[in-house]
Amino acid sequence: MSYQSELYQQVILDHNKNPRNFRRLEQGTHFCDGRNPLCGDELTLYLNVNNDDIIEDICFYGSGCAISKASASMMTTNLKGKSIDQAKVMFEEFHKMVLGEFEPDQQEHHLGKLTIFMGVREFPSRTKCASLSWHTLICAIEKKQETSTE
Amino acid sequence: MANTKSIAADSQIDIESIRKDFPMLSTKLNDKPLVYLDSAATTHKPWSVIEAVKTFESQHYATVRRGAYKLGELATTQYEGVRKKIAQFIGIEDPRQIIFTSGTTQSINLVAYSFGKRYIQAGDEVIISTMEHHANIIPWQIMCEDRGAILKVVPVNDEGEFQMDEYEKLLNKKTKIVSVTHVSNALGTINPIKDIIFKAHSVGAKVMIDGAQSTPHIGLNLKELDCEFYAFSGHKMYAPSGIGVLYGKYELLEDMPPYVTGGEMINLVTFERTTYTKPPARFEAGTPPITQVIGLGEAIDYITKIGISNIEAYEHKLLEYGTSVLSGIKGLKLIGTAKNKASILSFSLDNVHPHDIITLLDQDAICVRGGHHCAQPTMKRFCVPATTRASLAFYNTCEDLDMLVKGIQKVQEVFS
Repeated sequence: MSYQSELYQQVILDHNKNPRNFRRLEQGTHFCDGRNPLCGDELTLYLNVNNDDIIEDICFYGSGCAISKASASMMTTNLKGKSIDQAKVMFEEFHKMVLGEFEPDQQEHHLGKLTIFMGVREFPSRTKCASLSWHTLICAIEKKQETSTE
Repeated sequence: MANTKSIAADSQIDIESIRKDFPMLSTKLNDKPLVYLDSAATTHKPWSVIEAVKTFESQHYATVRRGAYKLGELATTQYEGVRKKIAQFIGIEDPRQIIFTSGTTQSINLVAYSFGKRYIQAGDEVIISTMEHHANIIPWQIMCEDRGAILKVVPVNDEGEFQMDEYEKLLNKKTKIVSVTHVSNALGTINPIKDIIFKAHSVGAKVMIDGAQSTPHIGLNLKELDCEFYAFSGHKMYAPSGIGVLYGKYELLEDMPPYVTGGEMINLVTFERTTYTKPPARFEAGTPPITQVIGLGEAIDYITKIGISNIEAYEHKLLEYGTSVLSGIKGLKLIGTAKNKASILSFSLDNVHPHDIITLLDQDAICVRGGHHCAQPTMKRFCVPATTRASLAFYNTCEDLDMLVKGIQKVQEVFS
């Protein structure tokens, strides 16, 4: 008998084990520290945004649970090359999706493979883990330096 | 290898009948029997407590200390009876030294505020330790900021033990109060509080002990320990939540200003001036948690019936069993390995974050805590963001721990 779960799918486990864009960025245009005081998840998100508001580079560094790490990894993979406005739309959709207020299988969406995090709905205590990197993204875009899920 | 039957017999614990006393233990989650390993967070309640609460609320409920009618008098007698019971339980004579609070957190806040206001001057020093719960850090931090005092912190060693030699170096004539935990909620360490208290007294400092984790597990004799203040919570000792206790030496309580103000803590109120009544009433403004007090009284009766020394013995053997089976898991590291430990098993697991562990264990209805346990400085000391913690009570069994081990192995499979 083993644990099976909608939440811990292979893709998520893989991004946890080998997080993409997991590094610091010394010369970025934006950054923010995100914290989930409930779990102790901590990550810093770095962005390099060009004059046309396109995210040329995005990466993160820190420690956290598999959900927060995989979410950050997949977010950075998906946002590279997108505009700030597109990123904001994706934040809205992602945030509402994990809270169960947006149905990507019934509505038009821009989330691509990120819909895999829909499974987190079944685990209300973990939605903040999935959305931490997204909140940190918004904070970085708004040029604040710190955000918290609480 | 030890088993529940043998360690229960050795400790004179009738484990089968105890488990029947706690209805929550026979409930199911996801169709699986509950494996509850989070008693350091909060404990379940025996039938006797549940029934006492029900009987009081359905047959004897009235407000206390106010009404001159019979029902109020009877409720007051019951309520004050619990104060006496608590005094006896912690080994003191004068029940006026028992203040009802909402919990350990409020008890510590009360002392930090009132003692601080009365006795702490700029430049004075307050000592706590690295392993404190946030509730025994922040109230002192705020008080020190307000009074211009200095907060000093006793380090812990790699095993999670209080470093007595460093403590001695910090103690001096400026030390006004030392506040340390009896048992660490994150590490399980039982601190040598007798020695800590003795050394504080030798420089004239007062001592507050956070007893949230100790009262349910260790027999107390506060008269002998001689600390000035001792705080604990009802819900961690099989009583309802919302009730806690502060013990304080009477001459200090009598000299301290009120913390929360309002009804029932006054002698005379005019718009010009108010005079306060004596302790404990001075520190119990407003309608107290009456039913919860009754529940706490019943919980103390229950603990006394089982015998606190039997509880201590059984839980210690359970801890030994748990330590041995968990240590057998590759990649698992116990955090907190003090020689003198209460039944708390905090650990980290290679490459798996505590929150992923608890979410997966939850699928087998295994309840453990994952996080920083409101002890972020302790986590920092051990260079971990969080730990997973299994904490045991005398209603737990070796089988509960076997289930935990199986669960952890399954978690490792997912993350392999």
